[in-house]
Amino acid sequence: MKNRWRILENKIFVRWLTIVSLGTMVLLLLFFITLFVSSWPAIKANGLGFLWGKTWDPVNNHYGMYPFLVGTLITSFLSLIISAPFSIAAALFLGEYYPKGVIPGIFRNVIDLLAAIPSVVYGFWGLYTVAPIVSKIELAFHLPAPGVGIFTASLVLSIMLVPYSVSLIRQVISMTPVNLKEAAYALGSTRTEVITKVIIPSNISGISAGFLLSLGRALGETMAVTILIGNSPALPHNIFSPSYTMASVIANEFTEAVGEVYTSSLIEIGLLLFVVTTIINLIGRLIIKRAIA
Amino acid sequence: MTPFDIRGTKRRQIKDRIFSGFVWALTFSCLIVVFIILFYLFEKGIGSINWALFTKGPKPVGEFGGGIANAIVGSLIVVVVAAIIAIPLGISVGIYQADNRGKRIAERIAVAVDVLQGIPSIVIGIVIYVWIVKPFGGFSAISGSIALAIMMLPPVIKSTEETLLLIPHTLKEAALGLGASYYHTVRKILIPTGMGGILGGCIIGVARIAGEVAPLLFTAFGNPAMVFSIFKPVDTIPKVIFAYASSPYEDWQRIAWGGSLILVVFIIILNTIIKLFENKWKVQF
Amino acid sequence: MEGTILRTENLQISFGDNKVVKGINMEIAEKKVTAFMGPSGCGKTTILRAINRLHELTPEAKVEGKIFMHNEDVYEMEAMTLRRRVGMVFQRPNPFPTMSIAENVISGFILNGIKLKTQEKNEIIEDALKKVALWDEVKDYLKKKGTSLSGGQQQRLCLARAVAMKPEVILLDEPTSALDPLSTAKIEDLLYELKGNYTLVIVTHNMQQAARISDMTAFFYLGDLLEYDDTKKVFTNPKNEKTQNYITGRFG
Repeated sequence: MKNRWRILENKIFVRWLTIVSLGTMVLLLLFFITLFVSSWPAIKANGLGFLWGKTWDPVNNHYGMYPFLVGTLITSFLSLIISAPFSIAAALFLGEYYPKGVIPGIFRNVIDLLAAIPSVVYGFWGLYTVAPIVSKIELAFHLPAPGVGIFTASLVLSIMLVPYSVSLIRQVISMTPVNLKEAAYALGSTRTEVITKVIIPSNISGISAGFLLSLGRALGETMAVTILIGNSPALPHNIFSPSYTMASVIANEFTEAVGEVYTSSLIEIGLLLFVVTTIINLIGRLIIKRAIA
Repeated sequence: MTPFDIRGTKRRQIKDRIFSGFVWALTFSCLIVVFIILFYLFEKGIGSINWALFTKGPKPVGEFGGGIANAIVGSLIVVVVAAIIAIPLGISVGIYQADNRGKRIAERIAVAVDVLQGIPSIVIGIVIYVWIVKPFGGFSAISGSIALAIMMLPPVIKSTEETLLLIPHTLKEAALGLGASYYHTVRKILIPTGMGGILGGCIIGVARIAGEVAPLLFTAFGNPAMVFSIFKPVDTIPKVIFAYASSPYEDWQRIAWGGSLILVVFIIILNTIIKLFENKWKVQF
Repeated sequence: MEGTILRTENLQISFGDNKVVKGINMEIAEKKVTAFMGPSGCGKTTILRAINRLHELTPEAKVEGKIFMHNEDVYEMEAMTLRRRVGMVFQRPNPFPTMSIAENVISGFILNGIKLKTQEKNEIIEDALKKVALWDEVKDYLKKKGTSLSGGQQQRLCLARAVAMKPEVILLDEPTSALDPLSTAKIEDLLYELKGNYTLVIVTHNMQQAARISDMTAFFYLGDLLEYDDTKKVFTNPKNEKTQNYITGRFG
């Protein structure tokens, strides 16, 4: 009798593990279906014009997300460009110059601290420290000087990307075969030449994947950007302009949205974010897996 | 006579120095930024920390001396319930993944977990809104917990899998060889042996969700009152920071700084625990 | 054969397309030590792991033919029940790292959810540890972790863990290959003493070991059973040329 229970218990356990694990895939699928179904009213009402439409005016039922698309892309790429030199340098420092030891260990933990600070705190901090500085720059250029806008959001976002990119890139470059490096040194190369001619070229795909995944991060980053971007649905004139990103427009308007099409349009933006970040992640992981294997 | 390939040496060495200098300088500026942020947070936050911050709820505009007691309680409820949901599920998937390593199905699940980790948190908020908030007619702590639980899953799954893979195969065989069921082998041998790593993953998961607001905006929402129910909307510390961050009232800003400091210190403590005990928790074979 | 405990019938085992055991018919005598010998890749460990069905953990492993224990088809039995009746000791000592020495001895009971009274527990622990000649060395440290012991002690602890379950058969997969000569000698002495009460099946690379402790010796080569007889006969007067070559060290 006892034995029969043990066998049953075991069967239930194995079944449970399988179901829960397959559940992760089902969860993703359900995410997509949910977003798609909930976006359907908007897709039907707005059509493809949703992507190119330049006016976002819920009061008059105009839903064009082009300004958010532009805002998202500029903010994300700008932050990626700003953070790239820092990320590569820190990754080289920790992965190539000083891969072991106490002090580099401390450095790595300090950089990891950047990942420990919540997004909303970054936004709050940026509002009181970065925004006033940007405001002064804007004044110097004789621009309107609210301080918040694409540039401020990108600056703070770039700080947030650093720990993420560093850990990805460090992982990739530390996989460089030692004999490859030694061969280059044995030919009389300087460390700089080994880095620029051996380490970086031989890991270029892995490093690009690292930046691609960071881009995915940046696209979906919400709170800090929402606080710092200035929340304006108009098309930006320059990199100092206030703007809106896809994520921040959802964050700001979702709970206040009235009417089916309005809510549904916001969900459609979410659907696009979901699809784009999923594709980016799939490609990024694929490249990194190949690079490391 | 100088051999032809030595002539450029000096120039190359200078170039090497300059490059290394850049690497050092850029790395150091990252470190400096960390200290600037933390210093600023402490400077602004320390002054706001007082007894009322922990014991009082928010005061109406114009009155001074409110606190975030309701948000602290709310954060605890939302995060603890999320952990209760995510930990057993995450460990289960991790066990399955470690056991089926190399099989096609496990690889697909691993991809799904990676994708799950990359989904913007705000999108998770939308989905949970559609699944739970709308059908059940209102914002609630539990809907927020479910959203956060989904965010917490990937780190728990991955660290469970990685930890279990480090355990020698013969340990499992020895247990099965004694007539133990697979279930008891997992429960009494594999999980206790890998406890350190699994616990570490759970802490990483909690650290990841403790500061999140985006998935809570349309789920746990917010609530100025002190609430102990998982079926009512609740305030959370990060939500209060977001709400007060751009407010014009100095007292609210003060409270937001205090909340930021509490939150960051809490997360840093969690991270430090992991770093400190990472090695101690490792079981010797 | 009189007093047969295990019998195989045209036992064939393959991993994917690779057939490692090619139709073995043999009987294993009760309360004797049977040694499985042969060069690496001959299938001896595979057969051993088929007896308590541990190869089922390898998804691509496939078993054809039959194994009987006391005329009961092993593959018709519940794997857990079978494994409780068949103990196993592995190549490398593998005490459970989270358990104390005492807990390791009764780990079979713990893992099977069998509750023991304190007195019963103490008796089983003392008895098993005495059987493996570990009691005097560890009786004051029973609460220490099993992994704190030396390699040889750990392996005796693993033997105690198997013995405590009072199995009918104990399978030993090269139990001394990871140990120093002194610990090896101790384990061999133990096995010699245990054989009156248990059926032991030992896989070994070490010919002297097989000659010293076993009653019967089976010689396998590339998945076939070439020779199976009294140990003395196999070592003094092997019938098969390959066996002769192997025991005289002419191939390895």
